Amino acid sequence: MRNAAAQPAIEGEVWPGVAWAVQRDLRLALRSKAELGVQLLFYAIVVTLFPLGVGADPALLRALGPGVLWVAALLASLLSLPRLFAADFADGTLEQIALSPYPLAALISGKILAHWLATGAPLVLLSPLLAVQFGLEADELTALALGLLLGTPTLSLLGAIGAALTLGLRAGGSLLALLTLPLYVPILIFGAGTVEATRAGLAVEGGLSVLGAALLAALVGAPLASAAAVRIALD
Amino acid sequence: MLEAQDLAARRGDAPLFSGLSFSLEAGAALVVRGPNGSGKTTLLRILIGMTQAAAGRVLWRGKRVAPFDPALRACTVFIGHAPALKDELTAEENLASLAQLQGAPAERAAMLEALETWSLARQRALPARVLSQGQRRRVSLARLRLLARPLWLLDEPATALDDAGHVTLRAALDAHLAGGGIAVIATHEDLHLAPGVLRSLVLA
Repeated sequence: MRNAAAQPAIEGEVWPGVAWAVQRDLRLALRSKAELGVQLLFYAIVVTLFPLGVGADPALLRALGPGVLWVAALLASLLSLPRLFAADFADGTLEQIALSPYPLAALISGKILAHWLATGAPLVLLSPLLAVQFGLEADELTALALGLLLGTPTLSLLGAIGAALTLGLRAGGSLLALLTLPLYVPILIFGAGTVEATRAGLAVEGGLSVLGAALLAALVGAPLASAAAVRIALD
Repeated sequence: MLEAQDLAARRGDAPLFSGLSFSLEAGAALVVRGPNGSGKTTLLRILIGMTQAAAGRVLWRGKRVAPFDPALRACTVFIGHAPALKDELTAEENLASLAQLQGAPAERAAMLEALETWSLARQRALPARVLSQGQRRRVSLARLRLLARPLWLLDEPATALDDAGHVTLRAALDAHLAGGGIAVIATHEDLHLAPGVLRSLVLA
């Protein structure tokens, strides 16, 4: 009775599930570097278009800077979202993921973490460099980078819910934007607001705390909501 | 033991089948036949709990199966239409990844043996992108024996397989059933399983 003896003891373990998804998705991301480059390049180009479009007035650019950098980060995040589940859905891997003995929310958390490491983290690193062309000061650059560091994972988490809800729909891409962008609004307000606060001489802790709290809430809720949406998509 | 009681399914408003009951004890296989669109895939998806049945229930080891039931998931290999391979990964990496996802990380030797069994030894380091349809199917099926689960749910497992592939599939099924396993197979092709273990179900 070879088969009957095989009772997996791993049912319901969270961390191995997260580790599997992070490892596999990062490996896949590294094998298709071009796609990562596209997203980062998109971010750099959108940010650069504004100084080109509004002219070289230093005061105007400084005023626009934080908002532009944050809006571009939102759009870049949106651009990479369809990749999160669509490929796995199309090739049947998502079925296998949903049928794995690991909790689906754990596997999805791992996928979101890998997605952020591949798309959000490079964007955080690049942003201070791009911010220089808006003439932001050193403490404003710090506030921007810290804000993005806390904010972009939240974007990935909230975006995952939208990506899972629009799985298998025609025109899923545009619907995804309509669903997700309104959810991004609070992050945008507090993210850009933190940089503005620094400029006004206020402490950054307030804005960063709100971004941190949003991240924690999304960390708890988003994987569960995405898991439920994935199951509906597979039914 | 896998049991279905009075199952019914519908697609949209159209009923697919209803009043479907069967019971499979250890060592038995159910071959599901029927024309395209008769609900073979839907039946398999209902059995694993991925799709809700319109009526009736499924029991595994005497307990009712809930949607995405963890107890059943941990006992089953489900191989759907799509082979679930990643184009960017090699045959061996794909197999390792799928085994690990099922919570059964395989020893390298066991994996090489599985690939050998399915005549993929020479293709093991090739990316799945360059494999033929039949070879992709073989990589997908190679995880059957690797995972050593008591219940196999196979959707058209013989699609794109050549004659040698059919023989390997039959041998894998024979060994699985002889070891007390259960299999439900949706197929158009005759797999020539031993009549003693075989049940047949035709969906209209």
